[in-house]
Amino acid sequence: MLFIIIHVNKDDIMDNDNNHFNNIYVQTKKLVGYKTIQQCTPLDYKNLGFKSGLEVHQQLYTDKKLFCRCPAGMYFPGEDYDAEVIRHMRPTLSELGEYDGTALMEFKTKKNITYRIKNPTTCTYEIDDTPPFPINQQALDIALEVALLLKTNVVGELHITRKQYLDGSIPTGFQRTAIVGIEGEIPLAEKKVRIIQLSLEEDACREVSDFRHQRIYTTDRLGMPLIETVTYPDLLTPQEVVEAGNYIRFMNRSTNKVRTGIGATRQDVNVSIRGGTRVEIKGVAHIKWFAELVHNEAFRQKSLLHISSQLKQRIKDIKKWDLTYQLIDPSLINPLPPSLKYYADSEIKWVAVNLPHFQDILAHFTQPGQVFGDELRGRLKVIACLELENLIHSQDRNELLATVDFSKIRQLLKSKSLDAQLLFWCPSQDLSTAVETIRERCMLAFHGVPNETRKALADGTTVFERVLPGPDRMYPDTDSAPLPIDEERINKVKNNLPPSIHYRYEQLNKWEISRHYWIYLLRHNLVPIIEKIIAFTNYSPKFLAGFFAQDLKHLEGRNSSSNFDYIHLISLFKFISKHNLSPEIAKIMLPVVFNNPNIELESVLTIIGYQKRNISDILSYIPDLRKKFKSIAKNKNINAERNWIMGNLKLLSIGNYPLDKLSEEVNRRVK
Amino acid sequence: MMNDIFKGYKGKALEILKKYNIRVWSEATIKTTRGDFKGIVLPRSENDDDLHIVLKLDNGYNIGIATNTIKQIKEFGYKEAHYKIPEKEFPTSEDKPNIKLFGTGGTIASRLDYRTGAVIPAFSPGELYGAVPELADICNLTTEKLFAVFSENMGPHQYKTLAVAIGEAISQGIEGIVIGHGTDTMHHTASALSFMVQNTPVPIVMVGSQRSSDRPSSDAALNLIHAVKTASESDIAEVLVCMFGPTSDEYGLLHRGTRVRKMHSSYRSTFRTIGDIPLAMVDRNKITPLQQNYNHRRKDTQVNILPYFEQKVSLIYYYPNMQPDIIDSLVDNGYRGIVIAGTGLGHVNKPLYPAIKRACQKNVAIYMTVQTLWGYTHMFVYDTGRDLMSNGVIPADNMLPEVAYIKLGWALGQTEDLDEVKKIMLTPVIDEITEREPYNGYLVFQGGVPEIEQFLKKIHK
Repeated sequence: MLFIIIHVNKDDIMDNDNNHFNNIYVQTKKLVGYKTIQQCTPLDYKNLGFKSGLEVHQQLYTDKKLFCRCPAGMYFPGEDYDAEVIRHMRPTLSELGEYDGTALMEFKTKKNITYRIKNPTTCTYEIDDTPPFPINQQALDIALEVALLLKTNVVGELHITRKQYLDGSIPTGFQRTAIVGIEGEIPLAEKKVRIIQLSLEEDACREVSDFRHQRIYTTDRLGMPLIETVTYPDLLTPQEVVEAGNYIRFMNRSTNKVRTGIGATRQDVNVSIRGGTRVEIKGVAHIKWFAELVHNEAFRQKSLLHISSQLKQRIKDIKKWDLTYQLIDPSLINPLPPSLKYYADSEIKWVAVNLPHFQDILAHFTQPGQVFGDELRGRLKVIACLELENLIHSQDRNELLATVDFSKIRQLLKSKSLDAQLLFWCPSQDLSTAVETIRERCMLAFHGVPNETRKALADGTTVFERVLPGPDRMYPDTDSAPLPIDEERINKVKNNLPPSIHYRYEQLNKWEISRHYWIYLLRHNLVPIIEKIIAFTNYSPKFLAGFFAQDLKHLEGRNSSSNFDYIHLISLFKFISKHNLSPEIAKIMLPVVFNNPNIELESVLTIIGYQKRNISDILSYIPDLRKKFKSIAKNKNINAERNWIMGNLKLLSIGNYPLDKLSEEVNRRVK
Repeated sequence: MMNDIFKGYKGKALEILKKYNIRVWSEATIKTTRGDFKGIVLPRSENDDDLHIVLKLDNGYNIGIATNTIKQIKEFGYKEAHYKIPEKEFPTSEDKPNIKLFGTGGTIASRLDYRTGAVIPAFSPGELYGAVPELADICNLTTEKLFAVFSENMGPHQYKTLAVAIGEAISQGIEGIVIGHGTDTMHHTASALSFMVQNTPVPIVMVGSQRSSDRPSSDAALNLIHAVKTASESDIAEVLVCMFGPTSDEYGLLHRGTRVRKMHSSYRSTFRTIGDIPLAMVDRNKITPLQQNYNHRRKDTQVNILPYFEQKVSLIYYYPNMQPDIIDSLVDNGYRGIVIAGTGLGHVNKPLYPAIKRACQKNVAIYMTVQTLWGYTHMFVYDTGRDLMSNGVIPADNMLPEVAYIKLGWALGQTEDLDEVKKIMLTPVIDEITEREPYNGYLVFQGGVPEIEQFLKKIHK
C-alpha cells in the first residue's frame, strides 16, 4: 500500500466517520466496471481493447562485462564498498535535436547520485572515466544465437547506441545498447507473437537507496551483458502475457549461455487499452505476477478514462483550468504528519491547494486499494522528492482526513462546492517543483492516461516511476565504431542452435511428462540432460523428469545460492548404469553429489551405506521381519505388515532391485 | 554539392544509394537477404567502410545494412534532422560582471556531426544559455570564436592570436576571461599564455571537458560554471586552468598555468598541479583559496602582451641508448633550442655528449628538465650532470618539460642572444620555477595500502 497510516485519536475518527472516502471508492470502482482477474473472460479484455507487449531482459553468461574487462557476475552488498563517486545528470539533445521528456523530468528532480565502488568489480569504465573497450565477442555470439532463435532479421552492422537514463542508474547517463535483429516471432499455443527486436546492452547499477534528493547505487552489476527481447503488443489477455513471458524465458535458458538466479532475468510489460496509452510496468521479477499486474493496469487506465470524461463534462475550457495555492499555518493540521522528520534541517512550507472541479475525483478508484489522490502522491515522491506521506486531500481516507481542518482551508482558498483541496508540506526548495508536479498531473487527467513507467508492487498494483521515455533519448555512441556481422559468423551460430521451445513442448507431451514439471524443466534447460541420459540408458524420460522436478528442485530450493552444474547429473546416471544399479539409487546419491559435485561416485556409495545384494538375500529377511512385526505391531492388518516390511527392505533394495518389483515380491510372500 | 545528399557514403554503398535513387534522410524500406528493414537513411561517418548503409529505426536505434545483402530499396518519405540547441537570449543585468568566453574548439555544449561522428560545439551565448542556464546567474556573457581546432592542433600561431585577443578584451574593460579549450594540450596553451599575457588585471581561466558535453554525465557544464564563476568573482588575476578536482561532481581546482599538467588520458580529474599545491578550489557557491601568494585582481585595464614564439624548438624525451644522431639531426635541421626531459636529476648517456657539445657550439640553446616531472634538476650531484653542464646544457630547475619547451620558444622568439635567453629562462615569470617544493607538492598515492584505502573510502578522489 502506498499510504502510511497516521495514528489518530479514536474519538476523532468517530466524529469524522462519514465514510465518504469509501463510498466514492466503492461507487467509482463499480462505475468503472472493475472485475477481478478470476471474474474476467477473454471477451472482457477484448471489450477493454487490452493490448500488451513484453520486454524481457536476460543477463548473459560471460566471463567479463560487455565493454570492459571487469569480471561479470560478482556481487557485493551495498554497504561493502571501497570508494564513492558522485555525479549529477543533465539532459542532452537527442540525435534528432529533441530533449526527451523523461530526461527533463529527471533533471527537475535534482538528485545527488552516489556510486559505491568495489574494486574487484569496477574499473574506470564503469564510473565513466574511460571510454568503452571493444564489445565482448562472447556476448555478441550469445545475442546472435537468441536473435536467430527469435527468427529475427539480423543487422548487417552493429551500431552501439546511447539510450539516455537520467535517473543515475548508469554513471554515463546512458546505456550502451545495440540492435542485433529485428522483426521475429515466437509461437504460442494459439497464435504467433511478433518480435520487434533483440538488442544487446549493458546492465545498469543496483539501487541501494533513494531518499529525498539522494540516491545511492552500487556499480557491481553495471556493465554486465544483457539481451532485451521486445515483442509487439500482440498479447490480448493476461494469460497470453504469461505464456509469452515463459516462452521467451525458456528460449533464453535453452541456449545454456544465460545467467540464472535473482535479478538475472527481469521483465518489463507494456499495457494499453482502447482510448488509453502505453504504460510500462518495470522490473517484474516473477512471470506469475504478470497476470495480476496487467489486469489491474487495464482497469487503472479505464478508471483514468472515466475520470477524464467526468472532468471534461464539468470543465468548459480545460486549457484555462488552473489550480490555486496558498501558504498556510501548520496549526490547521493536527497531529503533524510523521514524514516531517525527514526534513529536519529544512524550513518547511505548508501549502493548501485548490483543485477546481475535482470534487470526488481524488477518491476515485484507480487500482485495488488506490485512488486518484495516490497518483499525485506517487509523482510528488518521485519528481519533487517528497517522502510519503506527502499530502492529505479533502476526500482522503478518514484517518488522514481527520488530521486536517479542511473547512478552514476551503475558506482560505475561497473554494467552490465542486472543488477539491489538498494540503502538502515540503522543504522550501522543493515548493515550486511540487506545485508544478500537482498541476501537471491534474492537467494530464483531462487527457486520460499519461505515458508512464510504473513500478510493480508485490500486491499486483503499481506506482509511478517516471515519465515514459521515447525515441528522443537515443543517440549514437561516438566512442565506438560500427561492427560488421558477416554471413560466416551468423552461419557458425546457426549451425549450433538448440531446438525451439515449441519442439520441447511437443517432446514433453510425447514423453507424457506431467505439466506441473514443465516450467521447472524448461526454466533449468533440463530436457537436453534427459535426452543425453536416455541416449545411453533405458531409463524412462518420465522417471528422470519426475526425479529432476522433485528431488533436484527440492535440493535447489533449500540451497538457492548453489551453482550446481547439471553436467554432474549425466555422470551420475552414467555411473549408475555402468554399475548396473537400479536408477532409484539416484535419489539417495543426489544430495551427496549436489553438495560435493566433484566427489568420486564410488565413495558416494560408501557414504550412503550401499551394499551389493541380490534379490534372494533381500527376500531372505522376510520370515524374521514377519516374526518381529507380529511381536510389536498393534495393527495386525496385512497391508500394515506389508508396508512395514517394505520400509525395512527398501534401503537394502535401493540400487539393487527396483522397488516396484520388490513390492510385488513382498506382497506375494506376505499373505 | 551534388554529393551532399549522400553525406559520407562512398564506393559500393554510394552506388547502391544512387541505383535505387535514395538519399540521406530518405525514409525507406530495404529488402535484404536477411529480411526487411525500415527507417531513415542516416549519413555515414567518412572513416567507416563503404559496405554498409546506416538506418535509424522508428525506436531510435541505428543499425547498418550490408550492401551485399540488399535486394531492393524504396523511399516512402523524407525526414531531414535539424539540429538545434535551444537558443534563448542570454539575460544581462548591470549588477553582474561582464565576462568574455573565447572559443578555440573545445566542446562545451555540442551536437553530433554525422559526417565524422565527431561532436560540433554549440557556442553562441544563446546556445550556451540553452544548455547551461546557470551561467546567467553568474555573469553577462559574450563569446568570440577564435578557431575551431582540436587541442592537438593548437600551436604558436594560435597562442599569439589568443594573447592578442585577450589583450584587446582587457583593454576594453572586460572583467574576466574564459577560454574553452580541448584538454590534451591545455597545459601547453596555459603556459604559453602565462608568458605572453603578463600582469593581467583579471582572471584568465582555461576550461574544457574530459567527457564530451553530448552526454548527461559530462563534466563540461560544471567545469564551465566553475570557470565562469572564477572569471567573475575570483581575486586571482592569473592564467588558470579550471578543471575537476575529484572525478566526482564536487569542486573544481584552479591550477596555475605554468605548474599544471594533464596526468590521465581519460579521468575527469586529470589536471594536477605538479610540485606545488593548486591556487584554489571552486564550487557552485564559493571559491576557497589554497595559496596566499598570487596576483590580485585590479580595476585598471593595463596588461603586457608579449606574443613571441620561435618555432624551431624541440622537446626530447631521453631514453637509454638514445643515439647522438637524434641531437645531430635537430641541429642540422636548423633547430635553435632543445629541451631535454632527462632521467633522474637531469641525465643522459655519455654517447650523446659530443652531439650536445656540437649543438651548443652551433648556438643551440639546450635546457635540461626531469622526466620524473616532480623535483628539481640537480646536475652537480653526479659527474654526468657536471659533464653535461660543461658541455653547455643549462638546468631548468623544476620547470616542467612542456613548460620549458613553451618558454624556450617564447624566449628565442624575442632574442637570438643566448645569454639573454638564459636570463629569460631562469627568471621565473610566474612560478614556472619555484624556490621551494612544499612537502605536499608531491602526492601520488598508492592504492592497496591500508591507510590509503581507508582514505579513499571516505574522501572522493
